[in-house]
Amino acid sequence: MSEICLEMKDITKEYPGVKALKGVQFKLKKGTVHALMGENGAGKSTLMKILCGMETPNSGQIILGGNEVSIPDVRTGIKNGISMIHQELSPVLEMSVAENIFLGREIIKKISRKVDHKSMNQQAQELLKEQVGIELNPALKMKNLSVAQMQMVEIVKAISQDANIIIMDEPTSSITENEVEKLFALIRKLTSQGKSIIYISHKMEEIFQISDEITVFRDGQYIGTDLSSNLDDRALIKMMVGRELNEIYPKEEVPITDILLETSSLSKEGKFKDISFSLRKGEILGFAGLVGAGRTELVEAIFGFKPADSGDILINNKKVNIKSPQDGIKNKIAFISEDRKQVGLNLIASIKDNITLANMKSYCIGGIAINHSCERRLSAEYAKKLNVKMSSIDMAVGKLSGGNQQKVILAKWISCDPDIIILDEPTRGIDVGAKAEIYKIMVELAREGKAIIMITSEMPEAIGMSDRIVVLSNGKMTGVFDRNEFDQEKIMLCASGVNKEEIS
Amino acid sequence: MTKSKHFLEKYGILLAFIILFAIMAFMRPRTFLTVNNQLNIIRQVSINGIMAIGMTFVIITGGIDLSVGSMLAYASIVACSFAHPGEYPLYIPILVALGIGAVLGCVNGTIVAKGKVAPFIATLGMMTVARGLTQLFNGGRPINNLSDEFNFIGGGSLAGIPLPVIIFGCIILFGWFLLHHTRFGRYVYAIGGNETTAKVSGINVNKIYIQVYTLMGLLSALSGIVLSARVETATVIAGTGYELDAIAAVIIGGTSASGGKGTIFGTIIGVLIMGVLSNGLDLIGVSSYYQQIIKGIIIVGAVLLDKKK
Repeated sequence: MSEICLEMKDITKEYPGVKALKGVQFKLKKGTVHALMGENGAGKSTLMKILCGMETPNSGQIILGGNEVSIPDVRTGIKNGISMIHQELSPVLEMSVAENIFLGREIIKKISRKVDHKSMNQQAQELLKEQVGIELNPALKMKNLSVAQMQMVEIVKAISQDANIIIMDEPTSSITENEVEKLFALIRKLTSQGKSIIYISHKMEEIFQISDEITVFRDGQYIGTDLSSNLDDRALIKMMVGRELNEIYPKEEVPITDILLETSSLSKEGKFKDISFSLRKGEILGFAGLVGAGRTELVEAIFGFKPADSGDILINNKKVNIKSPQDGIKNKIAFISEDRKQVGLNLIASIKDNITLANMKSYCIGGIAINHSCERRLSAEYAKKLNVKMSSIDMAVGKLSGGNQQKVILAKWISCDPDIIILDEPTRGIDVGAKAEIYKIMVELAREGKAIIMITSEMPEAIGMSDRIVVLSNGKMTGVFDRNEFDQEKIMLCASGVNKEEIS
Repeated sequence: MTKSKHFLEKYGILLAFIILFAIMAFMRPRTFLTVNNQLNIIRQVSINGIMAIGMTFVIITGGIDLSVGSMLAYASIVACSFAHPGEYPLYIPILVALGIGAVLGCVNGTIVAKGKVAPFIATLGMMTVARGLTQLFNGGRPINNLSDEFNFIGGGSLAGIPLPVIIFGCIILFGWFLLHHTRFGRYVYAIGGNETTAKVSGINVNKIYIQVYTLMGLLSALSGIVLSARVETATVIAGTGYELDAIAAVIIGGTSASGGKGTIFGTIIGVLIMGVLSNGLDLIGVSSYYQQIIKGIIIVGAVLLDKKK
């Protein structure tokens, strides 16, 4: 194929406590679509942010058209012909299509120095028609456009900035199939003009349809690059997950007894459909799947935070009506959310206040007046039990590390003495030591006969800690695996949308 | 963190008050420091103080209530129409005022909680509506000729302490207990700190919002009673601009405008700073124009200092 237009060499990027990229490389050929693949946290996004100037690497080289360049900010990136179409588009909604395309480079009338809306609109219309082949009134406000139309406008904007390399991050995550076809036609047209596309997606099928080459990252490391035609689903998944299960998980066999929780045909429009599973006392049930598969929405529905549209939830064989977190708590469910900062904690409040919040009534005399000494004593006990590293229980939670924050949330919910504990990505963004502690707590809870649901996007964690794994893809259950059937590749295939029965 | 910094963070506002007090005492020792003048200051601040206690709850939830001055006016004008000599027993006008305050506050809270309208907008609407209702009532004319018992609430003393001061004292105790020693108070902090977390923790967030704004309405009405009894009349313009004084006192007292933080103690100091400032500057002879400028600077300065922490 053609010449190499971009080369990134030995790129490393460190964030406090995490090595996001460990000396990776990437080569892009002119006029091709190059897919970047890898699980969450593999380093794709970080690498692309470095390329377009949103992040600066700690070391490494970027070679564009034979010359080494440095891209300290987005403006420089654009000057060098690099544009990124983000997954979450962020146009100025109150401005017109034309104003968005020319944002920051408005066409100015020569004499009056006013913005020349007429020629901006005209040029925008021409660009839209010629480049992407759509008829769109350039004076329309951006907020009146569909997501797909906004995407087209963003692409036109990139083209009008003379972008040679366009990065598309999950461009199909919120557009219809029909629109995907149009997008792909446009991508092919752009590559025929000699532009190169870097395409990030989790959707296997699309990748094979549109890309010429595929590069895989894993845990911040470069795994390999190959022509798409040389690869298939299985080979690709093998590259993505291919690590050995060498981490040691403190998993213990504990007695798994009666069914505690059951769902039957639980559905929520656009989120998940027909989910039926059961959970037993003492069991750790893993939920695997890609981001956006509907796992978080499912557990939020079970807890009552965002209730389901239809279907039943049964606890101890009795149908329960859970419409709010109050109902969830009443039914002895605990919900440890994925998002510690936005959902899990009140960061400006103390450790004590966070631990006791969900169970305040039991620290109050007559349900009204707080018994401060009892509250302090018990919250300190829970914090100690979970080994929260702190100077005192009056410390603001916001000052703790991620791992200790997670332990505070666990302490909070364990203090409610729940029967069912939902953990959504319980070890995301926390260090290895704290991870091990949280696994130990999970085993401890299972031994006490609690039923545990664990959502995780980390395959080794799912396999290492679960008794069974339920796989979701696009809101549907594609497979349930017992511990003796665990297989990374099979689970990944299910996560990408293949039913377990179809796997040979 | 060093100990001295911690001390400043906790007691900085008290220190500022003491310095201010000392300056005033130094500049006007013979007039400012008298028992009479001190009692006068406390009596003057009690009306703003009662409202500021309610406003502390509102602001800790991350909200604001602009309608307190108008609620005060409407509650007091209707109440005073039941407070003529020899007509009704004293508890009737008091209950009428409190009832009106509670209803208006409850409407505010419901619009904020269920309607998801920003508190600024919801209470701005109520500010105008309640003022309009006040003007409609009695055709814009003030209500005079109030009974002596009613006037006693604003002008009387018990054991040498003015009654408004006693009422303010009771409200302080009530507010302090409610905010710092009850489940309700803890939920108020939790909602202001992170509403989503509060919801996920099983707190009925809407109920708390409605209760907080209802409390605010009640306390506005109570200060309306004290005010009209003090000036022995209820006018349609009563309480105009009082919302700003109440908000200022709370903010100066260290309550975070974005919610989740604040204390009753801080608010009391904030109220006293405002009172000592007006009284002292009056005694020194600073014109009210300059006083406004000084107050404005102090309010913004207090927030800037808070951000630095």
